[in-house]
Amino acid sequence: MAQTITEKILAAHSDREEAKPGQLIKARIDLCLGNDVTAPIAIKEYQKAGADQVFDPSRIALVLDHFTPNKDIDSAQQCAQVRFFARDHQIEHFYDVGQMGVEHALLPEQGLVLPGDCVIGADSHTCTYGALGAFSTGVGSTDLAAAMITGQAWFKVPEQMRFIYNGKRGKWFGGKDIILFTIGKIGVDGALYRTMNFTGPVIRELPMDDRLALCNMAIEAGAKNGVIEPDEITKEYIKTRAKREYKLYESDSNALYVATYEWDITGMEPQVAFPHLPSNSKPVSRAKEIKIDQAFIGSCTNGRISDLRDAAEILKGNRVDRNVRCIVIPATQEIYRQAMKEGLFDIFLDAGCAVSTPTCGPCLGGHMGILAEGERCIATSNRNFVGRMGHVKSEVYLSNAAVAAASAVTGRITHPEEVAK
Amino acid sequence: MKLKGKSFKYGDNVNTDEIIPARYLNSSDPDFLASHCMEDIDPDFVKEKNAGDIIVARKNFGCGSSREHAPIAIKAAEISCVIADSFARIFYRNAINTGLPIIESPDAAADIQKGDELEVDLDGGTIKNLRTKKTFSFEPMPPFAQEIIQAGGLMKYVMKDKQE
Repeated sequence: MAQTITEKILAAHSDREEAKPGQLIKARIDLCLGNDVTAPIAIKEYQKAGADQVFDPSRIALVLDHFTPNKDIDSAQQCAQVRFFARDHQIEHFYDVGQMGVEHALLPEQGLVLPGDCVIGADSHTCTYGALGAFSTGVGSTDLAAAMITGQAWFKVPEQMRFIYNGKRGKWFGGKDIILFTIGKIGVDGALYRTMNFTGPVIRELPMDDRLALCNMAIEAGAKNGVIEPDEITKEYIKTRAKREYKLYESDSNALYVATYEWDITGMEPQVAFPHLPSNSKPVSRAKEIKIDQAFIGSCTNGRISDLRDAAEILKGNRVDRNVRCIVIPATQEIYRQAMKEGLFDIFLDAGCAVSTPTCGPCLGGHMGILAEGERCIATSNRNFVGRMGHVKSEVYLSNAAVAAASAVTGRITHPEEVAK
Repeated sequence: MKLKGKSFKYGDNVNTDEIIPARYLNSSDPDFLASHCMEDIDPDFVKEKNAGDIIVARKNFGCGSSREHAPIAIKAAEISCVIADSFARIFYRNAINTGLPIIESPDAAADIQKGDELEVDLDGGTIKNLRTKKTFSFEPMPPFAQEIIQAGGLMKYVMKDKQE
């Protein structure tokens, strides 16, 4: 039977010829992930079950990224709990402050997730790694606890959807804009329980950072996973990073899809998702009178080096509006160093931005940029739910990094070309 | 198992930030989480709910983050089950793994209003709305999910499986 990349990966990890949508399978896990918010519950479940040994200390990643550097005593306690567990169990890929980055930027960068992998993470944006041609999905803490013991997880093989993008991408229209546009079309449950296969000429030319941003938000359409078939861009990305074997899968040309969407993105404007759902996306020009109090450039969606370069291109020689706080958070230490080397920090500082060490921080209303009542933020992160970044009466608009930077300069939501020189 | 309680009614896309805001995720204590359950969507929920009450919502309940704090908060708030048109997939998984009964029934979810007295027969697969006197049947959970629930949650299921 013809199969998609997801079906092939799930079949290979459960020792069967083929995996059909609806089948329940037990699959081997190449890597499982937890963070300082989800791992404590997993550890509690692990200990409650009487386990004392993990299946493989080199196949577990624990990243202290959400409320770190510790934002308060309770967060410090949670981090300490994960730290002790990691030491006791000799967890190889344990990332603490100083090495830590936002998990979904960090793991691909460090070569810990690779094409053909089957990955679970106790974090909903674990679907990011589909950009590398892996099957990767978010689960809860109890699933993580079980996987840490057995190296396996249960899955229902998802139905397959296909999204084909044709045409020519505008300068300021990236992976974030593709996914915001798509969620706007199909809704926040438009891909519920299913796989989003992203394909077509636009995807084939899409740089890896944009692919990661695109797959990152598959969960915002309810999807189990999002995936892009690996190609030369993938091979180029992993060639210096991969330290173990991997496998490149592709979908058969006659694979079955329950739905196919096809769009031409030529001439499309950058997208902005209005409060309070990622599906409320509109072209940026429809948002132009909206004033902002804060701009946040960072997160597992858009805190990568290309995002910082886009923001710097806009901010160079400009000043952040005096009524706006602009917060820039490089997603990993490597991105931080690279941005510094390229002189981007000088541009950000000259413009009046605050630059922080890596953390998920403000994205989920943790710390480093919480909103007051009535305040409005344009953010390059992935969720704009009620109260997501602070007060229940604050508002979050989602965009790419260039739009966020341009908006920081003008004080209202702005198309990058209005500010770019 | 038979459940009885009054309903709390919500709309589409109730997300995990509404069920338990991220500002409380610096704790995983069930009672603490329960004390802030539904805070940003319904500030009166914690004051008004009684043991056994039932949350009813429309499409895509539990969308957003993977936080298991969400079903933990609902369970520790002594909510006996959640009825919705549909559930977001990670929430669905977490509910099974932690033993929170959830029911997909668009017809019941459409009929039920806030404050209705409900009777739910989990094994028989029926929901009765005492106000409208309507009864709705629902599909039982898939067998694998029932096995996990019967074992007492995923961890007990896994440890049993490991020993065999």
